Amino acid sequence: MNRITAIFEELRAQGRKALMPFLTGGDPDLETTRRLILAAQRQRASICEIGFPFSDPIADGPVIQASMHRALREGLRCSDLFEMVRSIRGELTIGLVAMVSFSLIHRQGIDRFTSTASESGFDGLIVPDLTVEEAAPLRAAAAAQNLTLSFLIAPTTPLERARKLAEASSGFIYLVSRSGVTGEQSQLPSDLTERIEPLRTVSSLPIAVGFGIAEPRQVEQVVSVADAAIVGSALVRRLEQHLDEPIDQRVEAVEALMAELSKGLATEQVRM
Amino acid sequence: MNSTTIDSTSPLRSLPDSAGHFGRFGGVFVPETLYHALDALSRAYTESRTDPKFQEELDQLLENYVGRATPLYHARRLSEQVGGASIWLKREDLAHTGAHKINNALGQALLTRRMGKTRVIAETGAGQHGVATATAAAVFGLCCEVYMGSEDIRRQAPNVKRMKLMGAKVVPVESGSRTLKDATNAAMRDWMESSQSTHYIIGSVVGPHPFPMIVRDFQSVIGHEARSQCTSRFGRLPDAVVACVGGGSNAAGIFYPFIDDQEVKLVGVEAGGRSAKLGHHAAPLSFGSPGVLHGSLSYVLQDDDGQTADVHSVSAGLDYPGVGPEHSHWHDAGRVQYTAVTDDAALEAFKLLTRLEGILPALESSHAVAHALELARSMPADQHLLINLSGRGDKDLDEALRLMGEKPAE
Repeated sequence: MNRITAIFEELRAQGRKALMPFLTGGDPDLETTRRLILAAQRQRASICEIGFPFSDPIADGPVIQASMHRALREGLRCSDLFEMVRSIRGELTIGLVAMVSFSLIHRQGIDRFTSTASESGFDGLIVPDLTVEEAAPLRAAAAAQNLTLSFLIAPTTPLERARKLAEASSGFIYLVSRSGVTGEQSQLPSDLTERIEPLRTVSSLPIAVGFGIAEPRQVEQVVSVADAAIVGSALVRRLEQHLDEPIDQRVEAVEALMAELSKGLATEQVRM
Repeated sequence: MNSTTIDSTSPLRSLPDSAGHFGRFGGVFVPETLYHALDALSRAYTESRTDPKFQEELDQLLENYVGRATPLYHARRLSEQVGGASIWLKREDLAHTGAHKINNALGQALLTRRMGKTRVIAETGAGQHGVATATAAAVFGLCCEVYMGSEDIRRQAPNVKRMKLMGAKVVPVESGSRTLKDATNAAMRDWMESSQSTHYIIGSVVGPHPFPMIVRDFQSVIGHEARSQCTSRFGRLPDAVVACVGGGSNAAGIFYPFIDDQEVKLVGVEAGGRSAKLGHHAAPLSFGSPGVLHGSLSYVLQDDDGQTADVHSVSAGLDYPGVGPEHSHWHDAGRVQYTAVTDDAALEAFKLLTRLEGILPALESSHAVAHALELARSMPADQHLLINLSGRGDKDLDEALRLMGEKPAE
């Protein structure tokens, strides 16, 4: 069984929810990313999303965009990221999902990218700029490599289309909390419950919610209706604030936020 | 224009198919958040095609506001100097606001109103599309924001002033190379958040379906006029048509109505920049490879890891790493020939056309002129070559003089 699927089955059996931190690969260097993946595991994350830096990430807000440009300025290549994951996989029990623009997958070649991703230790893919209409070749290749492929469902997606996206997804569905690009918000949209309930009637896949989640309180809100909370920009911003410091302090600062966020998984611990 | 599914062997004129593909190019590669807006745009556009009132209003605007039809001018002194085919200029530089961009901006502004949206955004490189969009927004009373790279704001200052005077907000883009590519990223991000109330008026035949089709159709007025003007002026179709290609909207507009006329040679001219080395030019059809950028699959300049490459051109309007997907298909199908012209050759053509004909061309259009001079020289005197003079060069005056001043005097 795919590791992502197994993780969600186990969580469900135990009545628990998942925290899914996002990290930009190679920001500002691969050693920081490597240590932060280990930190995520220590802080009770279930799955870690690793963003592949791309020169033109149109779905991402300024924080993640800047982090990707930092990594690319240091000359990061896809193969470096795969190599780092390969080197760390043995120490990990959590799932690893690659968040990657279809531009990069297309350039490397769909078969080559998916086989390298799988063999280096990734368990799944999120491709934020791939529409389901253009996805047939990647769906087939991901399935052949035992990688999950999660489509994003937006607030603008009608239910009928959401059903189609859910059917095309494996592992979990990525529900985008609000329109716009990635980035933290002080408030989550109030209609999350109304959006998730109908989705449950058309799909039995776990639902992960992302975009705009920055605090334990929001994690708690999200996992009260969904199966997982994805936190990206808030972590990347925390890292950005500590770039000038030695790597130990840098990692510590981000890990502290991960620890805060994971408090949102257990209601009784949250006292905001 | 209600296209049905067809395979890539279909006549070029019938593309794109219903999924927005031109052969293996085009398509829709966007975040799901934008899918709904593109779908709504497709529906509004399809309806507008069969609405006589829409077409009539657009035709009236093109005639009485833009000043169409633009003239077809026989460049006699230039033709004599070259000594070959007769050179004719399709004078899009005489369209209101000084370039072909207004044809598309007005059409899309009408669509904006039809969809009940009140705000428009645009990306711009040379500033011509930004000015055209600001103009259309003024005419229709729409709120307008234009994204422009800060490097382009520097080198196209007059257009920035024009946009602001017309009430548009010009948003400087500081990320990446601070040029057209980055302005397009910023506009797409805005649209992700604002598509309920906002239409994104893309300025070229790029982006996700249906944009490449819509922009081509609105620009095809250039080629339709040119066809009938050629017939009435010299009794037949031209032997060759030459246009510059950045994203490729002026070229698509003049080529498309000739696409089934196999006897008409079609040549697109890309920005060859300083040299053929990656990073020194902006010529994806000449030097690039297929890839996904800004929502569609097309030729793109990218490194071997898939990152978009830096590009360079003396002309801000051509300074773009991608190209419209239909051009990629025309390229692979062999229907249109694509070539590249260097910065220096474009500047020479800029000077020559000004000196010999009293017409100051945009640096973008100067690329077409530069190649056309070479091509005309190789053609017999009884043949006719048509250049799409896509824009006027007033906006480039300071930058061109600065660049020419750096060169040793001849």
